Amino acid sequence: MSGKIKPGDMARTDGRPLLHLENSDLMALPGPLADPACDPAWTPLTAQIRENYECLVDDTCAVNVPRPKTRQEEKNLVISFLSGLEKLFTKENNWTFLQPLLLTMEHCARCQTCSQSCHIFEATGGSEIYRPTYRSEILRRLYFKFVKKGGLVSAWQHGDIQINWPLIARLIELAYRCNLCRRCAQTCPIGADNGLVAHELRKLFSQEMGIAPKELHDRGSMLQLKVGSSTGMNSIVAKDNIRFIDEEMTEKTGITVETPWNVEGADVLLIHNAGEILAWPENPGAFAVILNAAGISWTLSSDLAGYDSINYGLWYDDAQFARVAIKHAEAARKLRVKKIVLGECGHAHKSLSVVADRILSGDLNIPRESSMTLLRDIVMSGRLRLDPSRNDFPVTLHDPCNMVRLMGVVEPQREIVRKICPRFREMEPHGVDNYCCGGGSGFAIMSGNNFPDWRFHVSGRKKLEQILQAFADCSDPAIPKYLCAPCSNCKGQFRDLLAYYDLWEKQRILYGGLAELIVNAMVEVKTGFIEWEWH
Amino acid sequence: MTLLLYLTIYAAASVFACACLFRILRYARTPIHLRWELYPVPHEERERVKHGGSYFETSNWWKAPRRVSLLGELRFMIPEMLFLKGLWEFNRKLWYRSFAFHFGLYLLIGTIGFVAAGALLSVLAPNWMAAGWGRFFQILYGITGAAGSLLVILGSLALARHRLRDPSLRIYTTAGDLFNLAFFSVALLVFSAGYISRGPSAPDLLAFAKGLITFDRNLELPLPLAAGVLLIALLAAYVPLTHMSHFIAKFFTYHSVRWDDAPSRRGGKLEARMAEYLTYRPTWSAAHLAADGRKTWADVAAHNPAQEGRK
Repeated sequence: MSGKIKPGDMARTDGRPLLHLENSDLMALPGPLADPACDPAWTPLTAQIRENYECLVDDTCAVNVPRPKTRQEEKNLVISFLSGLEKLFTKENNWTFLQPLLLTMEHCARCQTCSQSCHIFEATGGSEIYRPTYRSEILRRLYFKFVKKGGLVSAWQHGDIQINWPLIARLIELAYRCNLCRRCAQTCPIGADNGLVAHELRKLFSQEMGIAPKELHDRGSMLQLKVGSSTGMNSIVAKDNIRFIDEEMTEKTGITVETPWNVEGADVLLIHNAGEILAWPENPGAFAVILNAAGISWTLSSDLAGYDSINYGLWYDDAQFARVAIKHAEAARKLRVKKIVLGECGHAHKSLSVVADRILSGDLNIPRESSMTLLRDIVMSGRLRLDPSRNDFPVTLHDPCNMVRLMGVVEPQREIVRKICPRFREMEPHGVDNYCCGGGSGFAIMSGNNFPDWRFHVSGRKKLEQILQAFADCSDPAIPKYLCAPCSNCKGQFRDLLAYYDLWEKQRILYGGLAELIVNAMVEVKTGFIEWEWH
Repeated sequence: MTLLLYLTIYAAASVFACACLFRILRYARTPIHLRWELYPVPHEERERVKHGGSYFETSNWWKAPRRVSLLGELRFMIPEMLFLKGLWEFNRKLWYRSFAFHFGLYLLIGTIGFVAAGALLSVLAPNWMAAGWGRFFQILYGITGAAGSLLVILGSLALARHRLRDPSLRIYTTAGDLFNLAFFSVALLVFSAGYISRGPSAPDLLAFAKGLITFDRNLELPLPLAAGVLLIALLAAYVPLTHMSHFIAKFFTYHSVRWDDAPSRRGGKLEARMAEYLTYRPTWSAAHLAADGRKTWADVAAHNPAQEGRK
């Protein structure tokens, strides 16, 4: 590992990354992965990538910022950054988060209480660049120097910083080494929020400099605003796929499954993360089985973005965020539904229910509810005949940060699994103290260069430890185990993480949603809804 | 010299009050931000607070009246303010030092309160104070003042030592941080030394405070004690100008950010405030924003850049 890195190192001009990580530097894993030699090797960045893109932070590259070709280009980028920095602290440009940002900038005591709560910092054995306050300290010094126009006294009080292109290039990458899980903010004695700092930096880069990972912007929010879904599915394809899922579910469950589309006046507009339709069709299929069996008046919408609840703007761009949230609300308004219910997607929950709450005004302010509460009410009401013995295998529950710590939906999903999963066990810690899956804030869909190596080795490491510990008493691969993750992005991370460490083969750990567990326990459904096959 | 000291104290108190007020107004006047709460939110129903739940756990939550429990907030805030409960939970090593420092400050604030109350009573009800209450006040502020000074001196020295010795703190520690801690310990050391060595004929704190209220220019403080009082006055004026004013910030970080879970209702106050913000004209430069300084936030949010293609 590199020596102690200081804030000033961000401006180093040697063209080298600040940090190189070896597997032996990383936090030890339990059980079958205890030996660092079992940890897969990192794929090195290619010479071409290093030559063409700014890879100055660590051994990976998430954003692919092209290297400026001339001094003038570098200078222009610095000017653009400083212009964005100033805008970040004006109400006209950033009323959305100005108050919490100012509070964090001006009052962090740099006591480092937050450090131990960060799964990324812990996973890397305490690498300085991943300390939650490290990137905040850079922004803080820039704020006092360039926004508050502080002179020598300010530098003496708040610390000085030199600005140049390497610093900005590093800051761009570093903004994407935080899952925005805000576990650090939860422990701050003052209430400063280093997760917010990463969020605001991402906004500055996107909204002023037009820099964002292509998975979030070009292939994310822009694609969604263009065709209706970040998966690239337009509404015709989405409807076709759902029809196919209905057929498959009918065959699999023995119950005729039909998904209603565009039903005006329905009680519920259900919006799935459209990734489910393509990657985990059994999840929207299970929802259809449950809602139909429970006699719920519900519908899907085929309007632009009305069938895809994702809102990647939440992670990097306020304008893109607002645009997509408005599209979701418009779809509900058009159908005159009583409420929007969000499927199993954590960030969609927080986006539309919490963060967009004050953007959606007038007739766009349509009530939004979590599918966890709807499913809980159905399960607890006795409207479904459920047989818990069908779920007689070890089950643990992952808490998606956006749904739990950042929205307070903690118990409904637990009430369900406690009722229908006799061998349920909690991870420790859980609930609002949970650890991020490591795929949060867009990482689960970011797979450029060798970024997945970082995502599995570093940001997913703490969660991996938790999963292995939760199943420590039944690690025998003869015992199938179910990791319940009621969030599409988290499932994406688990699919890749478990495969990376070969935990399906080694321990028979399968991941999946909550709705699948419910259908698996339904007496009317043919047995074996959950298929113990890797997917 | 006594008059100068009085004026300095009044000026320092004015700076303290104005700087605090300025900071409060500055944060209070920033626009209401988008929701960014963190759970648990202690004003939720007690059963929910236990697991960190929110009203989103209830079906059709918007149909139920919203209940905000002040008691729940107090149950969280009092141990946090008095005993730094969060630090105790998450950073025990620092807590010992920080608690000594902060609790010492609380005792000193109490001391100032007792002295001020005693001095006022000396002016308004001198007989009453002469009848024994004066002695009572002297004992009271003597205890809180001595304990507070000792704790602040030890706490600030321990914090400074910790900042210098712990590598995770050292690289983030500025000269200003060390100056701030040194300022506390030096001011209180000088004051304590001056007070202890003041001699029998010198006025005690109560007499000095009475003089401050009545502008008694005949009162004379020994030089070391006057220097201590002067340093403490300057310290009081300095604190709200720095990040040490987190006693103000903390109100906002908790009440306006972490715990602000107020939902926007159709036609409600929040909606009206948001309507104002949507008329702001952003100037972000990225092409997809299409923010040219003339369009409002509402225009920008209604714009679909994907239908135009990225510039």
